[in-house]
Amino acid sequence: MASRPLTLYEKIWNAHVVEQRPDGTSLLYIDRHLIHEVTSPQAFASLRAAGRRVRRPDLTLAVPDHNLPTTARMDAAGRRLPIADPESAQQLAALAANTAEFGIRYIDEVAPEQGIVHVVGPEQGFTLPGTTLVCGDSHTSAHGALGALAFGIGTSEVEHVFATQTLLLKQSRTMEVRVDGTLGFGVSPKDVILAIIGRIGAAGGTGYVIEYTGEVIRAMSLEGRLTVANMSIEGGARAGLIAPDETTFAYLKGRPMALAGEDWDQALAWWRTLPSDPGARYDHTVMLHADEIAPSLTWGTSPEDVVPITGKVPDPDGFADPSKREAARKSLDYMGLTPGTAMQDVPVEHVFIGSCTNSRIEDLRAAAAVANGRRVPDSVRAMVVPGSGLVKRQAEAEGLDRIFTAAGFEWREPGCSMCLAMNPDKVPAGERCASTSNRNFVGRQGPGARTHLVSPAMAAAAAVTGRLADVRELMGSQSQ
Amino acid sequence: MDRMNPVTTVTGTAYPWGAKNVDTDVIIPAHWLKTVTREGLGRGAFETVRAQPGNLFDDERFAGSPILIAGDNFGCGSSREHAAWALGDMGITAVIAPSFSDIFSGNAFKNGIVPVVLPQEAVDRLLEVARTDPITVDLETMTVTTPFQDRFEFALDPFRRQCLMEGLDEVGLTLARDTAISNYEAGVMQHRPWMAGERANAGIAVEGTGRT
Ligand code: SF4
Repeated sequence: MASRPLTLYEKIWNAHVVEQRPDGTSLLYIDRHLIHEVTSPQAFASLRAAGRRVRRPDLTLAVPDHNLPTTARMDAAGRRLPIADPESAQQLAALAANTAEFGIRYIDEVAPEQGIVHVVGPEQGFTLPGTTLVCGDSHTSAHGALGALAFGIGTSEVEHVFATQTLLLKQSRTMEVRVDGTLGFGVSPKDVILAIIGRIGAAGGTGYVIEYTGEVIRAMSLEGRLTVANMSIEGGARAGLIAPDETTFAYLKGRPMALAGEDWDQALAWWRTLPSDPGARYDHTVMLHADEIAPSLTWGTSPEDVVPITGKVPDPDGFADPSKREAARKSLDYMGLTPGTAMQDVPVEHVFIGSCTNSRIEDLRAAAAVANGRRVPDSVRAMVVPGSGLVKRQAEAEGLDRIFTAAGFEWREPGCSMCLAMNPDKVPAGERCASTSNRNFVGRQGPGARTHLVSPAMAAAAAVTGRLADVRELMGSQSQ
Repeated sequence: MDRMNPVTTVTGTAYPWGAKNVDTDVIIPAHWLKTVTREGLGRGAFETVRAQPGNLFDDERFAGSPILIAGDNFGCGSSREHAAWALGDMGITAVIAPSFSDIFSGNAFKNGIVPVVLPQEAVDRLLEVARTDPITVDLETMTVTTPFQDRFEFALDPFRRQCLMEGLDEVGLTLARDTAISNYEAGVMQHRPWMAGERANAGIAVEGTGRT
């Protein structure tokens, strides 16, 4: 039977349509639902008020992350330490109580697997290729790295998924972002996604699901792919997909919630049919070559404000679009930067290595390789926050924690931490942070905080030099 | 279980803002997100903007405006529905912009806030009018009008329009499709049983996988 060649997106979509409606929307089945403390309490409250239950608690997994302080959670005797902020404590207690009431699996804050939802999902094998996965958090796009159709939803939709295990959706347009070539020395997956967003703009992907293709993506580890897919939303795309391949399968095999035995074999056979067919059509294609991508960072308050580290703070007058000019002026004012300044001359007071974008083991290895044998100056506060308890243990087993602490970094407990100003880790007003997170919005890391988005290696380079620095100048030259 | 008040027309003064790429961190900063209810978030709305003297949101001429006019990509960033709750709590029932982030516009609909998409030229004209005069958003005729004969047509998804105009509860509507959902689940059980859940979600193994 000759059928039209399909994209990965279309194949996953088609496999999940419960009902198609005359107006072009579809009721789509949701295979996996991740929840955390911030966007779920009101959804549970509505369920309770309407006397409804969670249709499939077995497809739902809860992890606290956003609010949790990243300081020790137990005292020396193994007793839980209270959470000082009463509102955070209340929200966390609500998650524990709600999951117990509705029969949902809950990884609590002292469990070794606790971490950022988007780190925990793949790590536990909860995220699987070809599934639909949602979470009340926009960086759910990360899970697309495993070939899952994954996207962030609002609290009303969380409630909708709780009650019905479905969502009412319109099919998105598809955008292929193809990156060919081989990444240069010191260029990381974070630089790739920053370059992509710099190219398409913060709204460029609105209405699209992006599929990342090309040699650079194929050569990337699963951790790197998670970094890329994670920031799809910063380019406006609700979801980003990467076709599952041997890298994906090797990553998943044997993970606690992934499949085993015959289930695994059957699933694998299906997963292999998922990649886009030759000749499948995308609504839009964007091509980048690895040679165009340097270690990069943001200069402004939108993730599209990207320059290579060798670049300069741009002059707002250089933008053709008048509204962009105005936005750039405001950004530079907020960021305290003068046009024409070399990015490498900008000093930083904070360095944050963490967040669901860059807190996995490879990220920590890359940062530790730069930090090794060097020293964070007194002018800088640098912290490393592993993405999960398992990442933390693994890093400690590899001695990375000792490299970091010897260099003067803080080594903390897993959570969202300084990625957003919701827990005690904040950047004070007017101070500057090189951060491996995903958003450089006004006030994102604290009221008045100034954020430069960078890769883990670049963050470590900023930490040990006290300024935004070209990591290539520090790589391969430290004492071993 | 109607949670929303039906919306048919929105008439009144409008905040003539026009800012592009307004992210949900600007609409409601993260520290306001520690609530377990939907109420009271209006106090935190646009907190960073309001910290600036002479800002639009504290300008008496626009106090209590039911309409906000913004630039491209309104509501980008975090998926927090608190942004829609905060707008609703400050009395806004329609936002007019050239484009919205997908997640925000979904959240807006579900909370009885109309995201009106109009071309930039129309938005520019409305920004001008709103400085002095009221604006009307009409869901019946699908138009935005001013006292000066301006008339801009906009489009809305028919289902969402109906939900807005009748204040329908989407969860209730989908629950009525329970048989279709159960049939789908039965199909998955048959064709892709590994995806069905019970087995897949067998357990969190703790011990030393050493893999992260
Ligand atoms: S680490 Fe940051 S971006 Fe990721 S889930 Fe937490 S707050 Fe959101």
